[in-house]
Amino acid sequence: MKRLNLLNRLGVILSISLALSVAAYGQIAVKGETVWTMAGEPIKNGVVLVKDGKIEAVGAAAQIKIPAGYRTISAKVVTPGLIDSRSVVGLNGYLNQPHDQMALDGSGTVQPELRAIDAYNTEEKLISWIRSFGVTAIHTGHQPSALISGQTMIAKTIGKNVDDATIVPTAMVAVTIGDGGLAGQGRSPGTRAKSAAMLRAELIKAQENAAKTEAPKDLRSVIMMRIIKREVPLLVTAHRAQDIITVLRLAKEFNLRIVLDGASEAHMVLNEIKASGFPVIVHAPMMRAGGETENASMENASKLKAAGIPVALQSGYEGYVPKTRVILFEAGIAAANGLSFRDALATITIDAAKILGVDSRIGSLEQGKDADIAMYDGDPFEYTSHCTGTIVNGVLASETIR
Amino acid sequence: MRKSFLGIFLFFAAICPVLGQDKPIAFINARIIPIVGQPIEQGILLVQNGKISAVGDARTVRLSSDVTIVDLKGKVIMPGLVDSHSHIGEASGGDGSAPIQPDVRVLDGINARASSFQRAQSGGITTVNIMPGSGHLDSGQTIYLKNRDNAVTIDDLLILDKDGKYMGGIKFANGTNPIRPGGGAFPGTRAKSVALVREQFIKAQEYREKIKKAGTDKTKLPPRDLAMETLVEVLDGKKVVHFHTHRHDDIYSVLRLQKEFGFKVVLQHVSEGWKVAEEIAKAKVPASVIVVDSPGGKLEAVDMRLETGAILDNAGALVGFHTDDYITDSRLFLRQAALAVRAGMNRDKALYAMTMANAIMLDVQDRVGSLEAGKDADFIVLSGDPLSVYSHVLETWVEGKRVFNRADPVDYLIAVGGRGATTDRTVHLDCFDGDMGGHE
Repeated sequence: MKRLNLLNRLGVILSISLALSVAAYGQIAVKGETVWTMAGEPIKNGVVLVKDGKIEAVGAAAQIKIPAGYRTISAKVVTPGLIDSRSVVGLNGYLNQPHDQMALDGSGTVQPELRAIDAYNTEEKLISWIRSFGVTAIHTGHQPSALISGQTMIAKTIGKNVDDATIVPTAMVAVTIGDGGLAGQGRSPGTRAKSAAMLRAELIKAQENAAKTEAPKDLRSVIMMRIIKREVPLLVTAHRAQDIITVLRLAKEFNLRIVLDGASEAHMVLNEIKASGFPVIVHAPMMRAGGETENASMENASKLKAAGIPVALQSGYEGYVPKTRVILFEAGIAAANGLSFRDALATITIDAAKILGVDSRIGSLEQGKDADIAMYDGDPFEYTSHCTGTIVNGVLASETIR
Repeated sequence: MRKSFLGIFLFFAAICPVLGQDKPIAFINARIIPIVGQPIEQGILLVQNGKISAVGDARTVRLSSDVTIVDLKGKVIMPGLVDSHSHIGEASGGDGSAPIQPDVRVLDGINARASSFQRAQSGGITTVNIMPGSGHLDSGQTIYLKNRDNAVTIDDLLILDKDGKYMGGIKFANGTNPIRPGGGAFPGTRAKSVALVREQFIKAQEYREKIKKAGTDKTKLPPRDLAMETLVEVLDGKKVVHFHTHRHDDIYSVLRLQKEFGFKVVLQHVSEGWKVAEEIAKAKVPASVIVVDSPGGKLEAVDMRLETGAILDNAGALVGFHTDDYITDSRLFLRQAALAVRAGMNRDKALYAMTMANAIMLDVQDRVGSLEAGKDADFIVLSGDPLSVYSHVLETWVEGKRVFNRADPVDYLIAVGGRGATTDRTVHLDCFDGDMGGHE
């Protein structure tokens, strides 16, 4: 009993997850001393009205009358719900046990047909963990550990089942060029050149299939044709500069839609990336450097931004611990290493939404968009600030002070 | 911001020849957080011959005429950070031949020129306990080092005790990491793990008894045994046991062993320490905690919490923090204290944990851990509040010599990363290893 009191005094109650069943969509007025809408200048003493899961209105408190019956929640700083642009959460669980790690199937090195939605666990504890820091949407899926490991998806951080949570069921197909994509143990691809050759062979087959009057209907051919028809982009993890250049070479040959992922050495090939027009979902600034990521820099995001390249941040894939990084913390490190506060926040809100192609729904606080909102008791990036609440789809999905 | 860095750089470049010399240097106008005692606004830190000669302000510290003045207006000075558990230096420990290897010294397997030492300098770490891994019940002896600059050999980094002997502890581990089902001499269960450790300590007690009985008669001494000699040092309290332990029952097993054999012990990681906080405090056993960004991992560590430091501190236990580098990055060590504060820990206690508490755990509190006259001149200069994400370590000083200067382009590269920042050969002794069952 004494121990319980201690916990209470500390304000660290394990988990106050609000019963999500309480009224599907509430009517909420979020008041913020500073509201970063990410669509225009931040609003001092702003209000965001939420109705039926959408943002009803945003503006200065003086201009917006809070209707009767709205639950009012106040916070020092209000931002759009955070977006993690590259994660494996939901496929990989928080247990380092084979049965809880589903972001990689080891039976093949080319498996673009594997759908993320078939493995996404909405009950995964890491989802509620990141939600308690303000994350409302994640681009998650198969991990960067095979030449083509499978598909990715975009989901909200609540949802009673995968269909309920999903925004985009097949967002991209995950490709890895470099050490991470090698099969090892004498299997192919065993080298970088072999990786490129195998990928080219797949893409040529897809071109040929797409030209047929009767296209094949097997799972792999279908998704590969969607790639070659530019309906689905490739999310290509490439860390070394040489691997990034290989990606650009293949993209040109096959006229592919590419989103660069990881890109530790992006700061060494900024001009080439800029010329390609491809966006970069750059590695977590706190990613540990070593091996092919040895030249990673905490300033990578700011250098990409300064070069005019669209950039978003990711939590990425961690094989060990932490089981997931928290995108809020990563953006803080980026903000301490060259990015302005606003630009750092953009890498986990509106710029992330644009790169993921979902900016019509999420990424900023604008009328008509999904009511995904994060609230903080101070500068969101400060180590000692707290997320005081997270609203997803108009529902107060977390009010743990964390 | 950049301009002011440049200003500091130019200023220091000008006075560089005198730094680290016998002449006294006074660092003035900074906010000084001495850890022991209250923070001093516009404080003065006086350094000479590698030691702190005075800490105070203009009213309490008298400056001689030959003193070199370094104005650190707007900056913060605090003691160099002490990392009570790290794996930098490309370290290695015991091999696969046996689960208990007290004879093995991590000292003999460290690359003193590894770039990870510079990474630690850039994070403000001046004293570090480098440990072998946790895949054994005892993977060998640990070593306490100073992050001095330009080390040629390991000798350049050692901390020597009064008798001129290098200082270090010994690493033990329980829980799942040392367990190797079907692994020959290695334990297959937790109970077997404890039995194997007890067996060795009982042998060491007998070995010590033989030495005692021999008295001055050298012919009656037992044959030299490196493992036994080390465990006798442990029994005599001359070597601290750094015990890797996660789950509450494993923590409790450490307390039980400590009670039986009376060795000095530091609980390392202590992921479920929050479940047995009162027991830890009652046993007066210090706890070195790691803060990781999310829960989960191997089964015995899934209940780790950001609140562990706060809960242990509130219960009255001595709390420190560690990087477990490569698990967390030495460059971001201060972040651990900051996240602990986020989760409810007292600010002063969190900074104490990074410095003085860790120094106590390594038995080096007489030399480092606080800014007090007579102690080693190990300190860091920060651009602002040590617990702010926006603050940077601008300088790190070890024994009166500046070993890291963010204004220097090479040091800057180490601090933020980039092309050529990391040159370590890849050796990682991850204490979170295990449990993956070949899934890695």
